Amino acid sequence: MKSDTQSDPRPAPAKSGKWVLPGLGLLQGLAVTGRNLIESFYKKERMTTIQYPEQRAPISPNYRNIPFLCYDDNPEAGLRCTACKICEKSCPPQCIYIVMDRDEHGKVRNRPKVFDIDSSVCMGCGLCAEVCPFDSIYMDGEFELATDDRFDSLQLHLDDLSKSAEYHLQLRPKQATEVLERRKADAEKKAAKAAAKAKADAEKKAKAEAEKKAAAEAESEPEAATEKNENEAPEAKKAEAPQQELKAEQPKEEGGGE
Amino acid sequence: MIAPSSISNPTLEGTDDDQLLRVSLGPQHPSTHGVFRMNVVLDGETIVSLKPVFGYLHRNHEKIAECGPYLHSMPYTDRLDYICPLTNNWAYALSVEKLAGIEVPERAEYMRVILGELTRLINHTSFMGFILGDMGAWGSALMYAFREREKILDLFEHLTGARMMANFMRFGGCRYDLPEGWIGQVSTIIDDYGPFLDEMEQLLIGNEILLARTQDVGQLPAEKLINGGVTGPMLRAAGISYDIRKVEPYGIYDRFDFRIPLGEKGDCYDRIMIRFLEMRESLKILRQAIDGLPEGDFIHPKAKLRNFKPPVGEAYGRIEGPKGELGFHLVSNGTTDPYRFRVRAPSFINLTLLEDMCLGLDLADVVIILGSIDIVLGEVDR
Repeated sequence: MKSDTQSDPRPAPAKSGKWVLPGLGLLQGLAVTGRNLIESFYKKERMTTIQYPEQRAPISPNYRNIPFLCYDDNPEAGLRCTACKICEKSCPPQCIYIVMDRDEHGKVRNRPKVFDIDSSVCMGCGLCAEVCPFDSIYMDGEFELATDDRFDSLQLHLDDLSKSAEYHLQLRPKQATEVLERRKADAEKKAAKAAAKAKADAEKKAKAEAEKKAAAEAESEPEAATEKNENEAPEAKKAEAPQQELKAEQPKEEGGGE
Repeated sequence: MIAPSSISNPTLEGTDDDQLLRVSLGPQHPSTHGVFRMNVVLDGETIVSLKPVFGYLHRNHEKIAECGPYLHSMPYTDRLDYICPLTNNWAYALSVEKLAGIEVPERAEYMRVILGELTRLINHTSFMGFILGDMGAWGSALMYAFREREKILDLFEHLTGARMMANFMRFGGCRYDLPEGWIGQVSTIIDDYGPFLDEMEQLLIGNEILLARTQDVGQLPAEKLINGGVTGPMLRAAGISYDIRKVEPYGIYDRFDFRIPLGEKGDCYDRIMIRFLEMRESLKILRQAIDGLPEGDFIHPKAKLRNFKPPVGEAYGRIEGPKGELGFHLVSNGTTDPYRFRVRAPSFINLTLLEDMCLGLDLADVVIILGSIDIVLGEVDR
């Protein structure tokens, strides 16, 4: 087989038709190697060695390795995680294990009791961070995870995983700023809504009391007085309702502007 | 002289069986291709029979994919052909988009083309290093190749968050938008790549040792390649113009002006040269894609991450991966998990003709032929 095909040798395509000095190709290749050798001594972009533990290369802003849990202010109360288990379900190698926290009556407390990530299983794909609706789980840039214990140390628990919002801000300034601003706007909106609701409730209560009082008075007074009260009441309600709506809408506009 | 035979029926007729030597090459193959074993029968130095044995890196990719939602498989596709994760992502995303009828925004399509062609550059550049390693030239060529590859991988890390395990494509677009200045870095790399390819060619193509070892080695008739299902640079090196970017343009490849390089003989030398030429065409596509990159969404606004349920049906999406036709066949039964998930892995199918290419040649040629097929065991074994 081989001898058949070798009877039809092909000229070197680069120099077809010309007589070629035997070994010229080798010399050309050697010239490349020599040039590269010499360049590696003086060209700045070629001297890329970094003395690792002392010097460190900058980590790219999107670099992801292992997830962490973000908290505001306080690792206990400020933990954003609500133990909804969405990340647990969307983790392809299923390295996340979550147990919901419950109080003594068995009522869910919207925070995790156990949040474990097996870092020997985690492949750093970042899907958990992508699907989290509570801005809680993000990918960390930490890469020095080596330990001398194969089992327990590679199992990251809630206190290993919890990191502050400041850490997130330092790690990924752009993403964290966006998230913090959005959360701030959301919180303001929520607070404004709650305040508006509280105010409305208070007004309703006051009105109910006033009506009760009026009713009590009407019982003792003649019929004409009750008619008057009933006529007044719907008008007052109508006047208050638009005001409530305005109050609820105002913070929304502010949030959008930010 | 032993006549070449088909894989299913190796004949050892005409040889004195006592003289044959049975060698198990691998499974730790010395030429960086991964855990792959060949049971070789030798008559002196000549190959009489060669049986590829694979499966050492089997990770149950297809079954795992059927046990989880569609998105779960996206990070796993990175691990099929780990030299070029982004084309794998693309092929899978394309198949799911076909299945569910999702449209991809213009900007995302351009981003995909840029990433896909950069991946092709990475793959072919590392191929140059690996095949030189196969020929015994350990060091220089591989280091030069990896130096350039590393520049592109840095860009990938900047964009996707990981050098190789990108997990970047999503159904209906991409995961992030391009960071500021990224396109500028890509154009610098493209401008530097031409001189690098010139240097590589100067290092390789005139080299007499390389010519002697690759020319007229591992040829197969074109019909046999077509019947074997071989695709990609392997097929084009034999002179058959078949590139899915032209034959069945996916994405926005019909908008770009580029040519399909073809080989003449289909030997190992042509397979090396075709990759050089393809890289130059990739640079052309990249320049056009960067110039044409529009503003807009990088993912379809209605794309769903969770609770994604494509309608009942099946779809086969394929792309021209750096190694050949990479396709995903998905069958949906209307739930969140694929009912059937099948990968058409180019490395695996190109490898099936290994015995036919090697028969009658020397043992030393086997390593070069294996290198010229350009396999990645992550994709062969899945």
